[in-house]
Amino acid sequence: MINTSEILETITMIRQEHLDVRTITMGISLLDCIHSDGKKTADAVYDKIMRRAGNLVKTGEDIEKEYGIPIINKRVSVTPISMVGQASGDYLALAHALDRAARDTGINFIGGYSALVQKGFTDGDKAFLDTIPRALSETNLVCSSVNVASTKTGINMDAVAKMGRIIKETAERTKDSGGMGCAKLVVFANAVEDNPFMAGAFHGVGEPECVINVGVSGPGVVKCALEKVKGADLGTVAETIKKTAFKITRMGQLVATEASKRLGVPFGIVDLSLAPTPAVGDSVAYILEEIGLEKCGAPGTTAALALLNDAVKKGGVMASSYVGGLSGAFIPVSEDAGMIEAVRCGALSLEKLEAMTCVCSVGIDMVAVPGDTSAETISGLLADEVALGVVNTKTTALRIIPAPGKKVGDTVDFGGLLGSAPVMPINGFGCGEMIARGGRIPAPMHSLKN
Amino acid sequence: MKAIITVLGCDRIGIIADITALLAKNKINILDISQTIMQDIFTMIMLTDTSECQKTLSELEEEMEKMGKEIGVSITVQHSDIFHSMHRI
Repeated sequence: MINTSEILETITMIRQEHLDVRTITMGISLLDCIHSDGKKTADAVYDKIMRRAGNLVKTGEDIEKEYGIPIINKRVSVTPISMVGQASGDYLALAHALDRAARDTGINFIGGYSALVQKGFTDGDKAFLDTIPRALSETNLVCSSVNVASTKTGINMDAVAKMGRIIKETAERTKDSGGMGCAKLVVFANAVEDNPFMAGAFHGVGEPECVINVGVSGPGVVKCALEKVKGADLGTVAETIKKTAFKITRMGQLVATEASKRLGVPFGIVDLSLAPTPAVGDSVAYILEEIGLEKCGAPGTTAALALLNDAVKKGGVMASSYVGGLSGAFIPVSEDAGMIEAVRCGALSLEKLEAMTCVCSVGIDMVAVPGDTSAETISGLLADEVALGVVNTKTTALRIIPAPGKKVGDTVDFGGLLGSAPVMPINGFGCGEMIARGGRIPAPMHSLKN
Repeated sequence: MKAIITVLGCDRIGIIADITALLAKNKINILDISQTIMQDIFTMIMLTDTSECQKTLSELEEEMEKMGKEIGVSITVQHSDIFHSMHRI
Protein backbone atom coordinates (compact mmCIF):
# COMPACT_ATOMS: atom_id res chain seq x y z
CA MET A 1 0.00 0.00 0.00
CA ILE A 2 1.17 3.46 -0.83
CA ASN A 3 1.66 5.44 2.36
CA THR A 4 -0.06 8.64 3.44
CA SER A 5 2.89 10.94 2.85
CA GLU A 6 3.32 9.67 -0.73
CA ILE A 7 -0.34 10.23 -1.49
CA LEU A 8 -0.25 13.70 0.01
CA GLU A 9 2.95 14.50 -1.90
CA THR A 10 1.24 13.70 -5.20
CA ILE A 11 -1.84 15.70 -4.27
CA THR A 12 0.26 18.71 -3.20
CA MET A 13 2.18 18.55 -6.47
CA ILE A 14 -1.05 18.67 -8.45
CA ARG A 15 -3.00 21.17 -6.37
CA GLN A 16 -0.38 23.60 -5.19
CA GLU A 17 2.64 23.16 -7.43
CA HIS A 18 0.94 23.14 -10.84
CA LEU A 19 1.89 19.60 -11.78
CA ASP A 20 0.15 18.68 -14.99
CA VAL A 21 0.47 16.80 -18.22
CA ARG A 22 1.02 19.60 -20.67
CA THR A 23 -0.19 17.85 -23.77
CA ILE A 24 -1.41 14.66 -25.33
CA THR A 25 -0.57 15.02 -28.99
CA MET A 26 -1.82 12.60 -31.60
CA GLY A 27 0.42 12.36 -34.64
CA ILE A 28 -1.48 11.44 -37.81
CA SER A 29 0.02 10.57 -41.16
CA LEU A 30 -1.74 12.30 -44.06
CA LEU A 31 0.33 10.67 -46.82
CA ASP A 32 -2.68 8.63 -47.97
CA CYS A 33 -4.73 11.82 -48.44
CA ILE A 34 -2.58 13.17 -51.26
CA HIS A 35 -4.51 13.86 -54.47
CA SER A 36 -3.90 16.09 -57.45
CA ASP A 37 -7.25 17.75 -56.80
CA GLY A 38 -6.95 20.29 -53.95
CA LYS A 39 -10.51 19.92 -52.75
CA LYS A 40 -10.32 16.14 -52.66
CA THR A 41 -7.09 16.33 -50.64
CA ALA A 42 -8.62 18.82 -48.21
CA ASP A 43 -11.73 16.66 -47.73
CA ALA A 44 -9.63 13.55 -47.18
CA VAL A 45 -7.46 15.40 -44.65
CA TYR A 46 -10.49 16.66 -42.73
CA ASP A 47 -12.13 13.24 -42.70
CA LYS A 48 -8.99 11.44 -41.58
CA ILE A 49 -8.35 13.81 -38.70
CA MET A 50 -11.98 13.57 -37.58
CA ARG A 51 -11.82 9.79 -37.79
CA ARG A 52 -8.58 9.43 -35.88
CA ALA A 53 -8.83 12.28 -33.38
CA GLY A 54 -12.60 12.50 -32.93
CA ASN A 55 -12.34 10.97 -29.44
CA LEU A 56 -9.05 12.52 -28.42
CA VAL A 57 -10.48 15.34 -26.32
CA LYS A 58 -13.03 13.16 -24.57
CA THR A 59 -10.45 10.46 -23.82
CA GLY A 60 -8.09 13.10 -22.44
CA GLU A 61 -10.83 14.49 -20.23
CA ASP A 62 -11.78 11.02 -18.96
CA ILE A 63 -8.19 10.25 -17.99
CA GLU A 64 -7.93 13.66 -16.38
CA LYS A 65 -10.94 12.96 -14.17
CA GLU A 66 -10.11 9.38 -13.28
CA TYR A 67 -6.53 10.03 -12.29
CA GLY A 68 -7.11 13.52 -10.95
CA ILE A 69 -4.29 14.92 -13.04
CA PRO A 70 -4.90 17.97 -15.24
CA ILE A 71 -4.15 17.45 -18.92
CA ILE A 72 -3.91 20.98 -20.25
CA ASN A 73 -3.84 20.46 -24.00
CA LYS A 74 -5.06 17.90 -26.47
CA ARG A 75 -3.47 18.41 -29.85
CA VAL A 76 -2.87 16.90 -33.24
CA SER A 77 0.24 16.95 -35.41
CA VAL A 78 0.18 15.94 -39.06
CA THR A 79 2.52 15.11 -41.93
CA PRO A 80 4.18 18.32 -43.20
CA ILE A 81 1.61 20.00 -45.44
CA SER A 82 4.28 21.01 -47.96
CA MET A 83 4.35 17.29 -48.87
CA VAL A 84 0.63 16.59 -48.60
CA GLY A 85 -0.28 19.56 -50.78
CA GLN A 86 2.47 19.42 -53.33
CA ALA A 87 0.54 17.35 -55.87
CA SER A 88 -2.38 19.78 -55.92
CA GLY A 89 -0.56 22.99 -54.99
CA ASP A 90 -3.58 24.16 -53.03
CA TYR A 91 -1.95 24.60 -49.64
CA LEU A 92 -4.37 27.17 -48.27
CA ALA A 93 -7.33 24.85 -48.73
CA LEU A 94 -5.44 22.40 -46.53
CA ALA A 95 -4.78 25.07 -43.90
CA HIS A 96 -8.51 25.71 -43.72
CA ALA A 97 -9.29 21.98 -43.60
CA LEU A 98 -6.85 21.59 -40.67
CA ASP A 99 -8.41 24.54 -38.89
CA ARG A 100 -11.93 23.14 -39.34
CA ALA A 101 -10.86 19.71 -38.14
CA ALA A 102 -9.14 21.25 -35.10
CA ARG A 103 -12.27 23.22 -34.25
CA ASP A 104 -14.61 20.27 -34.74
CA THR A 105 -12.52 17.84 -32.68
CA GLY A 106 -12.21 20.46 -29.92
CA ILE A 107 -8.40 20.32 -29.74
CA ASN A 108 -6.30 23.36 -28.80
CA PHE A 109 -3.90 23.46 -31.72
CA ILE A 110 -3.00 21.50 -34.82
CA GLY A 111 0.62 21.46 -35.98
CA GLY A 112 2.13 20.48 -39.28
CA TYR A 113 1.68 23.39 -41.66
CA SER A 114 5.34 22.68 -42.15
CA ALA A 115 8.16 22.22 -44.61
CA LEU A 116 11.57 20.57 -44.40
CA VAL A 117 13.97 22.62 -46.51
CA GLN A 118 17.28 22.17 -44.68
CA LYS A 119 19.19 21.44 -47.87
CA GLY A 120 17.09 23.09 -50.54
CA PHE A 121 13.60 23.80 -51.86
CA THR A 122 11.49 21.82 -54.24
CA ASP A 123 9.32 24.05 -56.44
CA GLY A 124 6.38 23.04 -54.26
CA ASP A 125 8.22 23.97 -51.06
CA LYS A 126 8.83 27.48 -52.38
CA ALA A 127 5.18 27.97 -53.22
CA PHE A 128 4.22 26.49 -49.85
CA LEU A 129 6.43 28.84 -47.84
CA ASP A 130 4.84 31.85 -49.53
CA THR A 131 1.42 30.75 -48.23
CA ILE A 132 2.46 30.66 -44.54
CA PRO A 133 1.57 34.30 -43.70
CA ARG A 134 -1.89 33.93 -45.19
CA ALA A 135 -2.46 30.51 -43.64
CA LEU A 136 -1.60 31.85 -40.18
CA SER A 137 -3.69 34.97 -40.55
CA GLU A 138 -6.75 33.20 -41.96
CA THR A 139 -6.85 30.33 -39.45
CA ASN A 140 -7.00 30.22 -35.65
CA LEU A 141 -5.61 26.88 -34.55
CA VAL A 142 -3.08 25.97 -37.23
CA CYS A 143 0.61 26.06 -36.29
CA SER A 144 3.46 26.21 -38.74
CA SER A 145 7.10 25.19 -38.60
CA VAL A 146 9.97 25.15 -41.08
CA ASN A 147 13.24 23.26 -40.73
CA VAL A 148 15.99 25.32 -42.39
CA ALA A 149 19.12 23.59 -41.14
CA SER A 150 20.51 20.34 -39.77
CA THR A 151 23.83 19.01 -38.55
CA LYS A 152 23.85 16.58 -41.48
CA THR A 153 23.12 19.13 -44.20
CA GLY A 154 24.31 22.50 -42.93
CA ILE A 155 22.21 25.67 -43.18
CA ASN A 156 20.00 26.60 -46.12
CA MET A 157 20.70 30.34 -46.05
CA ASP A 158 18.20 31.02 -48.84
CA ALA A 159 15.54 29.58 -46.54
CA VAL A 160 16.90 31.63 -43.64
CA ALA A 161 16.58 34.81 -45.76
CA LYS A 162 13.09 33.84 -46.89
CA MET A 163 11.90 33.07 -43.36
CA GLY A 164 12.96 36.54 -42.19
CA ARG A 165 10.59 38.02 -44.79
CA ILE A 166 7.85 35.49 -43.99
CA ILE A 167 8.00 36.31 -40.28
CA LYS A 168 7.70 40.02 -41.08
CA GLU A 169 4.77 39.46 -43.43
CA THR A 170 3.03 37.21 -40.90
CA ALA A 171 3.37 39.91 -38.25
CA GLU A 172 1.99 42.50 -40.66
CA ARG A 173 -1.00 40.34 -41.63
CA THR A 174 -1.86 39.70 -37.98
CA LYS A 175 -1.06 43.19 -36.70
CA ASP A 176 -4.53 43.61 -35.16
CA SER A 177 -3.65 40.90 -32.65
CA GLY A 178 -0.10 42.14 -31.98
CA GLY A 179 1.50 39.87 -34.58
CA MET A 180 -0.13 36.77 -33.12
CA GLY A 181 0.55 34.80 -36.33
CA CYS A 182 4.25 34.76 -35.45
CA ALA A 183 3.48 33.03 -32.13
CA LYS A 184 2.30 30.09 -34.23
CA LEU A 185 5.40 29.93 -36.45
CA VAL A 186 8.68 28.24 -35.48
CA VAL A 187 11.84 28.00 -37.56
CA PHE A 188 14.05 25.05 -36.66
CA ALA A 189 17.45 23.50 -36.97
CA ASN A 190 17.44 19.72 -36.42
CA ALA A 191 13.64 19.61 -36.04
CA VAL A 192 12.40 16.39 -34.44
CA GLU A 193 9.64 14.26 -35.94
CA ASP A 194 7.86 13.32 -32.73
CA ASN A 195 7.65 16.62 -30.84
CA PRO A 196 4.31 16.91 -29.00
CA PHE A 197 4.70 20.63 -28.22
CA MET A 198 3.37 23.51 -30.28
CA ALA A 199 3.97 25.44 -32.35
CA GLY A 200 6.68 23.14 -33.66
CA ALA A 201 4.90 19.78 -33.73
CA PHE A 202 4.60 17.86 -36.99
CA HIS A 203 4.25 14.16 -37.74
CA GLY A 204 7.49 13.14 -39.44
CA VAL A 205 7.58 10.83 -42.44
CA GLY A 206 9.50 8.23 -40.44
CA GLU A 207 6.64 8.00 -37.95
CA PRO A 208 3.91 5.33 -37.95
CA GLU A 209 0.38 5.83 -39.27
CA CYS A 210 -0.89 7.28 -36.01
CA VAL A 211 0.83 7.73 -32.67
CA ILE A 212 0.35 9.22 -29.20
CA ASN A 213 3.09 11.47 -27.82
CA VAL A 214 2.87 13.08 -24.42
CA GLY A 215 4.57 16.17 -23.04
CA VAL A 216 4.89 16.45 -19.27
CA SER A 217 5.46 19.59 -17.31
CA GLY A 218 6.06 20.72 -13.77
CA PRO A 219 8.49 23.62 -13.28
CA GLY A 220 6.54 24.51 -10.12
CA VAL A 221 7.16 21.06 -8.63
CA VAL A 222 10.90 21.30 -9.29
CA LYS A 223 11.03 24.78 -7.76
CA CYS A 224 9.20 23.60 -4.61
CA ALA A 225 11.49 20.57 -4.28
CA LEU A 226 14.52 22.88 -4.46
CA GLU A 227 13.09 25.11 -1.74
CA LYS A 228 13.63 22.20 0.62
CA VAL A 229 17.39 22.00 -0.09
CA LYS A 230 18.31 25.68 0.34
CA GLY A 231 22.09 26.19 0.70
CA ALA A 232 22.96 22.58 -0.20
CA ASP A 233 25.72 22.00 -2.76
CA LEU A 234 24.96 21.78 -6.48
CA GLY A 235 25.31 18.01 -6.52
CA THR A 236 22.37 17.87 -4.11
CA VAL A 237 20.48 20.31 -6.33
CA ALA A 238 21.02 18.06 -9.36
CA GLU A 239 19.99 14.99 -7.37
CA THR A 240 16.80 16.68 -6.13
CA ILE A 241 15.84 17.71 -9.67
CA LYS A 242 16.49 14.18 -10.93
CA LYS A 243 14.22 12.61 -8.33
CA THR A 244 11.46 15.12 -9.02
CA ALA A 245 11.77 14.70 -12.79
CA PHE A 246 11.46 10.95 -12.33
CA LYS A 247 8.14 11.30 -10.53
CA ILE A 248 6.78 13.81 -13.04
CA THR A 249 7.73 11.61 -15.96
CA ARG A 250 6.23 8.47 -14.44
CA MET A 251 2.93 10.25 -14.44
CA GLY A 252 3.40 11.26 -18.08
CA GLN A 253 4.19 7.66 -18.95
CA LEU A 254 1.02 6.47 -17.20
CA VAL A 255 -1.14 8.98 -19.05
CA ALA A 256 0.56 8.14 -22.35
CA THR A 257 0.03 4.39 -22.03
CA GLU A 258 -3.54 4.86 -20.85
CA ALA A 259 -4.38 7.24 -23.71
CA SER A 260 -2.74 4.92 -26.18
CA LYS A 261 -4.75 1.94 -24.90
CA ARG A 262 -8.09 3.76 -24.89
CA LEU A 263 -7.63 5.30 -28.32
CA GLY A 264 -6.20 2.13 -29.85
CA VAL A 265 -3.20 4.05 -31.12
CA PRO A 266 0.44 3.08 -30.40
CA PHE A 267 2.36 5.01 -27.78
CA GLY A 268 5.23 6.99 -29.27
CA ILE A 269 7.24 8.91 -26.73
CA VAL A 270 7.15 10.96 -23.58
CA ASP A 271 8.80 14.35 -24.02
CA LEU A 272 10.62 15.30 -20.82
CA SER A 273 10.57 19.03 -21.44
CA LEU A 274 9.94 21.32 -18.49
CA ALA A 275 7.39 23.68 -20.00
CA PRO A 276 6.42 26.81 -18.10
CA THR A 277 3.07 28.61 -18.19
CA PRO A 278 2.37 32.26 -17.42
CA ALA A 279 0.80 31.21 -14.09
CA VAL A 280 2.85 32.42 -11.13
CA GLY A 281 4.71 29.46 -9.66
CA ASP A 282 5.00 27.59 -12.96
CA SER A 283 8.18 29.19 -14.19
CA VAL A 284 11.56 27.85 -15.33
CA ALA A 285 13.13 31.23 -14.47
CA TYR A 286 12.06 30.80 -10.84
CA ILE A 287 13.88 27.44 -10.70
CA LEU A 288 17.08 29.14 -11.85
CA GLU A 289 16.55 31.86 -9.26
CA GLU A 290 15.93 29.20 -6.59
CA ILE A 291 19.31 27.70 -7.49
CA GLY A 292 20.81 31.02 -6.40
CA LEU A 293 20.52 33.75 -9.02
CA GLU A 294 19.21 37.18 -8.07
CA LYS A 295 17.39 37.29 -11.40
CA CYS A 296 17.26 35.00 -14.40
CA GLY A 297 19.84 36.38 -16.85
CA ALA A 298 22.48 37.13 -14.21
CA PRO A 299 25.96 35.63 -14.73
CA GLY A 300 25.66 31.95 -13.83
CA THR A 301 22.29 31.56 -15.59
CA THR A 302 23.63 29.40 -18.41
CA ALA A 303 25.41 27.08 -15.96
CA ALA A 304 22.31 26.77 -13.78
CA LEU A 305 20.18 26.01 -16.83
CA ALA A 306 22.70 23.41 -18.05
CA LEU A 307 22.48 21.68 -14.67
CA LEU A 308 18.68 21.80 -14.70
CA ASN A 309 18.36 20.51 -18.24
CA ASP A 310 20.74 17.62 -17.69
CA ALA A 311 19.21 16.58 -14.36
CA VAL A 312 15.69 16.60 -15.85
CA LYS A 313 16.84 14.21 -18.58
CA LYS A 314 18.70 11.92 -16.21
CA GLY A 315 15.70 11.69 -13.90
CA GLY A 316 13.17 11.32 -16.67
CA VAL A 317 14.88 8.83 -18.90
CA MET A 318 14.45 5.88 -16.54
CA ALA A 319 10.83 6.77 -15.85
CA SER A 320 9.65 6.28 -19.41
CA SER A 321 10.03 3.38 -21.79
CA TYR A 322 10.49 5.71 -24.77
CA VAL A 323 11.79 9.22 -24.43
CA GLY A 324 11.83 11.57 -27.39
CA GLY A 325 10.63 14.88 -28.75
CA LEU A 326 12.61 17.85 -27.56
CA SER A 327 13.17 16.75 -23.94
CA GLY A 328 14.81 19.78 -22.39
CA ALA A 329 13.78 22.88 -20.48
CA PHE A 330 11.83 25.46 -22.48
CA ILE A 331 12.54 29.14 -22.04
CA PRO A 332 9.70 30.94 -23.82
CA VAL A 333 9.79 34.51 -22.58
CA SER A 334 6.11 35.42 -22.88
CA GLU A 335 4.95 32.15 -21.30
CA ASP A 336 7.07 32.37 -18.16
CA ALA A 337 6.28 34.90 -15.41
CA GLY A 338 9.89 34.86 -14.17
CA MET A 339 11.33 35.46 -17.65
CA ILE A 340 8.95 38.38 -18.20
CA GLU A 341 10.05 39.98 -14.91
CA ALA A 342 13.72 39.37 -15.76
CA VAL A 343 13.33 41.11 -19.12
CA ARG A 344 11.39 44.02 -17.61
CA CYS A 345 14.04 44.73 -14.96
CA GLY A 346 16.87 44.51 -17.50
CA ALA A 347 18.44 41.31 -16.18
CA LEU A 348 17.76 39.22 -19.28
CA SER A 349 18.87 40.24 -22.76
CA LEU A 350 18.37 38.65 -26.15
CA GLU A 351 22.08 37.77 -26.27
CA LYS A 352 21.86 35.97 -22.91
CA LEU A 353 18.82 34.07 -24.13
CA GLU A 354 20.84 33.00 -27.16
CA ALA A 355 23.59 31.67 -24.90
CA MET A 356 21.02 29.82 -22.80
CA THR A 357 19.68 28.04 -25.87
CA CYS A 358 23.05 26.29 -26.23
CA VAL A 359 22.29 24.20 -23.16
CA CYS A 360 18.55 23.62 -23.28
CA SER A 361 15.71 23.11 -25.69
CA VAL A 362 14.63 24.76 -27.79
CA GLY A 363 15.68 28.21 -28.73
CA ILE A 364 14.83 31.88 -28.69
CA ASP A 365 11.18 31.37 -28.04
CA MET A 366 8.22 33.76 -27.82
CA VAL A 367 10.38 36.86 -27.88
CA ALA A 368 8.88 40.15 -29.05
CA VAL A 369 11.13 42.70 -30.77
CA PRO A 370 10.26 46.17 -32.12
CA GLY A 371 7.94 46.23 -35.14
CA ASP A 372 10.46 48.11 -37.26
CA THR A 373 13.06 45.31 -37.00
CA SER A 374 14.12 44.47 -40.57
CA ALA A 375 13.64 41.08 -42.21
CA GLU A 376 17.45 40.86 -42.63
CA THR A 377 18.02 41.36 -38.90
CA ILE A 378 15.52 38.59 -38.11
CA SER A 379 17.26 36.35 -40.64
CA GLY A 380 20.62 37.19 -38.99
CA LEU A 381 19.30 36.20 -35.57
CA LEU A 382 17.80 33.06 -37.09
CA ALA A 383 21.11 32.15 -38.75
CA ASP A 384 22.89 32.51 -35.40
CA GLU A 385 20.33 30.40 -33.62
CA VAL A 386 20.33 27.56 -36.16
CA ALA A 387 24.15 27.65 -36.28
CA LEU A 388 24.13 26.83 -32.56
CA GLY A 389 21.94 23.83 -33.25
CA VAL A 390 23.89 22.62 -36.27
CA VAL A 391 27.27 22.82 -34.55
CA ASN A 392 26.07 21.41 -31.22
CA THR A 393 24.01 18.60 -32.83
CA LYS A 394 20.85 19.70 -31.07
CA THR A 395 17.50 21.18 -31.91
CA THR A 396 17.34 24.95 -31.84
CA ALA A 397 14.60 27.25 -33.03
CA LEU A 398 13.40 30.78 -33.34
CA ARG A 399 9.87 31.95 -32.57
CA ILE A 400 10.03 35.72 -32.71
CA ILE A 401 7.34 38.37 -32.95
CA PRO A 402 8.33 41.65 -34.60
CA ALA A 403 5.31 43.31 -33.00
CA PRO A 404 3.81 45.82 -35.43
CA GLY A 405 3.86 49.40 -34.14
CA LYS A 406 5.50 48.42 -30.85
CA LYS A 407 8.71 49.81 -29.37
CA VAL A 408 11.16 48.55 -26.74
CA GLY A 409 9.45 48.58 -23.35
CA ASP A 410 5.93 48.03 -24.75
CA THR A 411 4.10 44.76 -24.07
CA VAL A 412 2.29 42.48 -26.50
CA ASP A 413 -0.51 40.45 -24.99
CA PHE A 414 -1.45 37.14 -26.62
CA GLY A 415 -3.60 35.76 -23.83
CA GLY A 416 -3.94 32.21 -22.55
CA LEU A 417 -0.92 29.94 -22.50
CA LEU A 418 0.94 32.20 -24.94
CA GLY A 419 1.08 34.92 -22.28
CA SER A 420 2.39 38.43 -22.82
CA ALA A 421 5.77 39.49 -24.16
CA PRO A 422 7.74 42.60 -23.22
CA VAL A 423 9.30 44.05 -26.40
CA MET A 424 13.07 43.50 -26.19
CA PRO A 425 15.84 45.49 -27.86
CA ILE A 426 17.66 43.78 -30.74
CA ASN A 427 21.12 44.68 -32.03
CA GLY A 428 20.50 47.18 -34.84
CA PHE A 429 23.78 46.80 -36.75
CA GLY A 430 23.18 45.43 -40.23
CA CYS A 431 23.79 41.93 -41.61
CA GLY A 432 21.99 42.49 -44.93
CA GLU A 433 25.01 41.79 -47.12
CA MET A 434 25.64 38.44 -45.53
CA ILE A 435 21.97 37.42 -45.79
CA ALA A 436 21.82 38.59 -49.44
CA ARG A 437 24.68 36.25 -50.35
CA GLY A 438 22.32 33.27 -49.95
CA GLY A 439 23.49 29.72 -50.67
CA ARG A 440 24.23 27.03 -48.19
CA ILE A 441 26.53 26.93 -45.16
CA PRO A 442 28.21 23.51 -45.38
CA ALA A 443 27.58 20.87 -42.74
CA PRO A 444 30.14 20.93 -39.92
CA MET A 445 33.09 18.55 -39.77
CA HIS A 446 31.51 16.37 -37.10
CA SER A 447 28.55 15.55 -39.34
CA LEU A 448 30.91 13.22 -41.19
CA LYS A 449 30.55 10.27 -38.89
CA ASN A 450 30.41 7.41 -41.38
CA MET B 1 -10.66 -1.14 -9.75
CA LYS B 2 -8.95 0.46 -6.77
CA ALA B 3 -9.49 4.14 -6.11
CA ILE B 4 -7.87 6.36 -3.53
CA ILE B 5 -10.16 8.87 -1.88
CA THR B 6 -8.51 11.77 -0.08
CA VAL B 7 -10.39 14.10 2.22
CA LEU B 8 -8.80 17.32 3.51
CA GLY B 9 -10.44 20.12 5.47
CA CYS B 10 -11.60 21.48 8.81
CA ASP B 11 -12.40 18.85 11.42
CA ARG B 12 -15.96 18.53 12.68
CA ILE B 13 -18.31 15.83 13.91
CA GLY B 14 -19.62 13.43 11.28
CA ILE B 15 -17.25 13.82 8.29
CA ILE B 16 -16.47 10.11 8.16
CA ALA B 17 -20.13 9.22 8.68
CA ASP B 18 -21.23 11.42 5.77
CA ILE B 19 -18.59 10.13 3.40
CA THR B 20 -18.87 6.45 4.24
CA ALA B 21 -22.66 6.65 3.86
CA LEU B 22 -22.21 7.95 0.33
CA LEU B 23 -19.67 5.21 -0.43
CA ALA B 24 -22.01 2.52 0.92
CA LYS B 25 -24.84 3.89 -1.23
CA ASN B 26 -22.61 3.48 -4.26
CA LYS B 27 -21.50 -0.05 -3.27
CA ILE B 28 -17.92 0.98 -2.73
CA ASN B 29 -15.94 -1.17 -0.34
CA ILE B 30 -13.34 0.41 1.92
CA LEU B 31 -10.17 -1.71 2.00
CA ASP B 32 -7.99 0.52 4.13
CA ILE B 33 -8.51 3.77 5.92
CA SER B 34 -6.21 6.17 7.71
CA GLN B 35 -7.24 9.37 9.40
CA THR B 36 -5.23 11.95 11.26
CA ILE B 37 -5.11 15.65 12.07
CA MET B 38 -2.06 17.15 10.34
CA GLN B 39 -1.30 20.76 11.31
CA ASP B 40 -4.94 21.27 12.34
CA ILE B 41 -6.20 19.86 9.05
CA PHE B 42 -8.44 16.82 8.99
CA THR B 43 -6.71 14.35 6.66
CA MET B 44 -8.30 11.07 5.66
CA ILE B 45 -7.09 8.65 3.02
CA MET B 46 -9.09 5.63 1.97
CA LEU B 47 -8.18 2.79 -0.34
CA THR B 48 -11.39 1.56 -1.89
CA ASP B 49 -12.61 -1.10 -4.25
CA THR B 50 -15.03 0.32 -6.81
CA SER B 51 -15.67 -2.84 -8.82
CA GLU B 52 -19.30 -3.13 -7.62
CA CYS B 53 -20.01 0.56 -8.22
CA GLN B 54 -22.38 1.28 -11.10
CA LYS B 55 -20.97 4.73 -11.76
CA THR B 56 -17.83 5.68 -13.64
CA LEU B 57 -14.96 7.13 -11.65
CA SER B 58 -15.64 10.54 -13.21
CA GLU B 59 -19.28 10.50 -12.10
CA LEU B 60 -18.23 9.40 -8.63
CA GLU B 61 -15.62 12.15 -8.48
CA GLU B 62 -18.29 14.73 -9.35
CA GLU B 63 -20.67 13.42 -6.72
CA MET B 64 -17.97 13.36 -4.04
CA GLU B 65 -16.80 16.83 -4.99
CA LYS B 66 -20.33 18.14 -4.65
CA MET B 67 -20.69 16.55 -1.25
CA GLY B 68 -17.29 17.93 -0.21
CA LYS B 69 -18.53 21.42 -0.96
CA GLU B 70 -21.66 20.84 1.12
CA ILE B 71 -19.77 19.62 4.19
CA GLY B 72 -16.81 21.98 3.81
CA VAL B 73 -13.97 19.58 2.94
CA SER B 74 -12.06 18.91 -0.24
CA ILE B 75 -12.47 15.38 -1.61
CA THR B 76 -10.53 13.82 -4.47
CA VAL B 77 -11.13 10.44 -6.04
CA GLN B 78 -8.25 9.08 -8.06
CA HIS B 79 -7.38 5.80 -9.73
CA SER B 80 -4.73 4.23 -7.47
CA ASP B 81 -2.41 3.63 -10.45
CA ILE B 82 -1.27 7.25 -10.41
CA PHE B 83 0.28 6.81 -6.95
CA HIS B 84 1.81 3.46 -7.81
CA SER B 85 3.39 4.73 -10.98
CA MET B 86 4.75 7.84 -9.33
CA HIS B 87 6.16 6.25 -6.18
CA ARG B 88 7.00 2.65 -7.08
CA ILE B 89 9.27 1.28 -9.77
